[in-house]
Amino acid sequence: MKAIQKTGLGIFLLALLLFNALLFMGQFELSEAQLQEAVKPEHVEVLRQELQPMLGKTYTSSFGFASDFNSYLDNYNEERQRSQQWDRVIWDNYAFALTRAASQGFVENNKLLLLLLTVILGAAGALLNILPKHRAEPAGIKNNGVMFSSNKSRGVVGITIGLYLTAIYVLLYWYPEYIVNWALLVDPLSYALSGGPASQWFLYGTIYTLAILVMGVRMLRKYRGNNYQMIRTASVMFFQLSFAFLIPEILVLLNLPWYDLKNIWPLDYDFFFDYSVASMLGSGSIGLFLFIWGIILIILGVPLFTYFYGKRWYCSWVCGCGGLAETAGDPYRHLSDKSLKAWKVERWMVYPILVIITVITLLTIANYFTEFALLKQSTGVLHQWYGFLIGSAFAGVVGVGFYPLMGNRVWCRYGCPLAAYLGIVQRFKSRFRITTNGGQCISCGNCSTYCEMGIDVRWYAQRGQNIVRASCVGCGICASVCPRGVLKLENGPEQGRITDIPVLTGNESIKVLN
Amino acid sequence: MKETRHTGDFYIRSKGRRIVIIGNGISGITCARHIRKRDSEAHITIISGETEHFFSRTALMYVYMGHMKHEHTKPYEDWFWEKNRLQLVHDWVTSIDFEQKQLQLQQQEPLQYEILILALGSKPNMFGWPGQELQGVQGLYSYQDVQRMNENTASCQRAVVVGGGLIGVEMAEMLLSRKIPVTFLVREERFWQGVLPKEESELGMRHMREHHVDLRLQTELQEILADDSGRVRAVVTRAGEEIPCQFVGLAVGVKPNIDLVRNTELEVNMGILVDQHFATNLPNVFAIGDCAEYRVPLPNRKSVEQVWYTGRMHGETLAHNLTREPVHYNPGPWFNSAKFFDIEYQTYGMVPNEWEEPVQSFYWEHASGKIAFRAVFNGKDKRLHGVNSFGMRLRHEFFDQALKENRTVEEVLVKLQEALFDPEFYEQHNHEMLQAYNRQFNTSLQPEKKKKKGLLAVLGL
Repeated sequence: MKAIQKTGLGIFLLALLLFNALLFMGQFELSEAQLQEAVKPEHVEVLRQELQPMLGKTYTSSFGFASDFNSYLDNYNEERQRSQQWDRVIWDNYAFALTRAASQGFVENNKLLLLLLTVILGAAGALLNILPKHRAEPAGIKNNGVMFSSNKSRGVVGITIGLYLTAIYVLLYWYPEYIVNWALLVDPLSYALSGGPASQWFLYGTIYTLAILVMGVRMLRKYRGNNYQMIRTASVMFFQLSFAFLIPEILVLLNLPWYDLKNIWPLDYDFFFDYSVASMLGSGSIGLFLFIWGIILIILGVPLFTYFYGKRWYCSWVCGCGGLAETAGDPYRHLSDKSLKAWKVERWMVYPILVIITVITLLTIANYFTEFALLKQSTGVLHQWYGFLIGSAFAGVVGVGFYPLMGNRVWCRYGCPLAAYLGIVQRFKSRFRITTNGGQCISCGNCSTYCEMGIDVRWYAQRGQNIVRASCVGCGICASVCPRGVLKLENGPEQGRITDIPVLTGNESIKVLN
Repeated sequence: MKETRHTGDFYIRSKGRRIVIIGNGISGITCARHIRKRDSEAHITIISGETEHFFSRTALMYVYMGHMKHEHTKPYEDWFWEKNRLQLVHDWVTSIDFEQKQLQLQQQEPLQYEILILALGSKPNMFGWPGQELQGVQGLYSYQDVQRMNENTASCQRAVVVGGGLIGVEMAEMLLSRKIPVTFLVREERFWQGVLPKEESELGMRHMREHHVDLRLQTELQEILADDSGRVRAVVTRAGEEIPCQFVGLAVGVKPNIDLVRNTELEVNMGILVDQHFATNLPNVFAIGDCAEYRVPLPNRKSVEQVWYTGRMHGETLAHNLTREPVHYNPGPWFNSAKFFDIEYQTYGMVPNEWEEPVQSFYWEHASGKIAFRAVFNGKDKRLHGVNSFGMRLRHEFFDQALKENRTVEEVLVKLQEALFDPEFYEQHNHEMLQAYNRQFNTSLQPEKKKKKGLLAVLGL
């Protein structure tokens, strides 16, 4: 069994190595025809002139090609800006599209084979490592050695993985032209699903979904025998695969806008931005349905479901960010900061972000209805800044890249405006709570340690208090790791939900205190 | 023994009194916190040589197993103490001068007290086995014990654990988490015989064997053998078998840790003798937790109770007594819990290991052999005495109330739905259990369900 697992890990690492090596492979040569096809007609002539030295030249890596392209374009734009010819500046980002068009040679010609050898073989290797786990062991959660693990305890391995993930996110968001070869790999899959070539976002979606599925299998092994965890994990795997990955691509195939039916504003921050509204409303009755569906989720779905089940219905059962956190992020859940200070920082971050995106959205809508008389095009600047700082840097780079450093829910805890909205409902108007079982707590700290949201669960449990916290995503791990059966996630009457008992159950000496 | 003294004004009530607590375990800390809640003036000092800050002793095993770091086992952040003006002294007390009301410390200046609270805890029993002082032989109680266990098991091929109780099974689990094979010597015929009825004990043993514990029943330790360097190399059983091992865990119970106060004016027996207010024979000196021994034990309870929960209740009660009108210690229905590898155990009320008429027992076990429930009751009036549950979580409040109100076993069983505390989506066994009861006692009880109203019933919530 050990040998099989080691082989699996070996295969995974080899596949990962090849995957990374791919970035340095292939050839890039841009022809005039390709240029013409990839850029807007009004830019063809300018770019043909500016890129003249590049045309027909063979580059041996995307790095050389893309950096040449970027410097030619920057030169051109700078000159236009210096001479104040603002209308002639090229704002469009062609780097990815042109690098992609210019690609030829090894990677371009062996997409399927390389997809098999990297992504598919890597996933298979990981599964080979994961599936035999806990065989011949009785069901029960084993966190043995977590604190001694270099990966899980901020050791060299953990830090390396953190840096690697961070680098990937930086490339993905701001330098996609350098990862063109990766996008090429999933081209065949993209054509099969949506009929179009793969963008960097399709690549991201594929890897993301695979990560949730493969690491979801790990969850199913680790928490076998715990029905709450099994069903919940199956749920996030299902929603990612169908709602977040397949259905949007099928919508594209049907000439409808790419739409994740479970993504809700304000997490889906550009839902009300002019370009998304236009795209939905321009797509006939199904587009209109998507628009109304999104609004119903915001004004009815969130409060209603959260009232009955707490915010867990979304955060740890449905959400894609939550899905990755609960599967790929599970090995890092204990790295969240449990201090009171961290809780303060959390409140000073997550609610202001909710306010900011609400204000931006309201301004955008007002601007839209006044036919852009109110703020002209300046809401676009707000959108860009929010997208850059919150949407990309926070949610992506820090949110996932820092898993091995700060835990798996950094984004959900400190940044996600939807989590803030759900949290307010959960705190003030919900039937959900984590019940404490009388006086049975032994203050061991397993609950707090493994709380990914950094809630000091023990603080409440040892006082016999129910846990009612805005941030709790209801993952149920505290109840799972409790060695004394003290915690239970429950939906129940609002009355008696928030308790403060002066003396714990079991001591009859003192009837009433104070 | 009778109560030796009146309950009147038995402690100093002056403002800004100096209260010193020796021991920062659950009893001492609970007491300190509750005094602080109701007396903002008192000077409260807590002395401990073990660790600077309070940690959860019950979590020591998880630190060894790598589930947590020591920091994680601290129930309060380090700033908590200063904020609540609880002065911490990290030092060992070497002697107490009850006359001068002064404590000698190992490293720091002597400390004066007006009120002294002894929360000294326990230490592992040692029964004078030859070789018990060898390197690689140890008990498990303190922070230092876990540090030592880390060192002692660094290169261990095989370990032997001696003792048939909770710490023994914990040690076995700890060692196995590091892939060290464990031979577990149990003197009795079965595991935890003094506490568990036969079926529960067997359930526990099955599970231990499933985890590859080499369980040796009716096997007593004779002596521990050393190698040339003074380290343990084997144990010899009473039957003469030699079991090679590089580590021996002695887990044969604990005793009050009262060497500090032996041969002083303080009256001691097994532990420090206290009345129902936790007062000792000396004025302004109190004892709580594992180290306290009741002069008059409560009905059905032992005179020394070495459990987390009782320690906490002692702390709560003494704090009340030092800040309000004193009350008798009255701990309500007994409860306890433990975990044997993956199987949780909870108990409410009194379930003896054996019983006689008119006491009767109802035992149900799931087909998996890992979930079980026992109710012990008076066969005549069916009044419930207590329950054991394995692999199934039950609500403390429910049984606390049922036992206080003298409910019958049947009243409890038909309402058991309300007591279930397992996570959502777990299989519920209350109906099966009720049917088993009906068969065994020729009854035809039907489960009672709380009625849900309106929309919630429709939605199945």
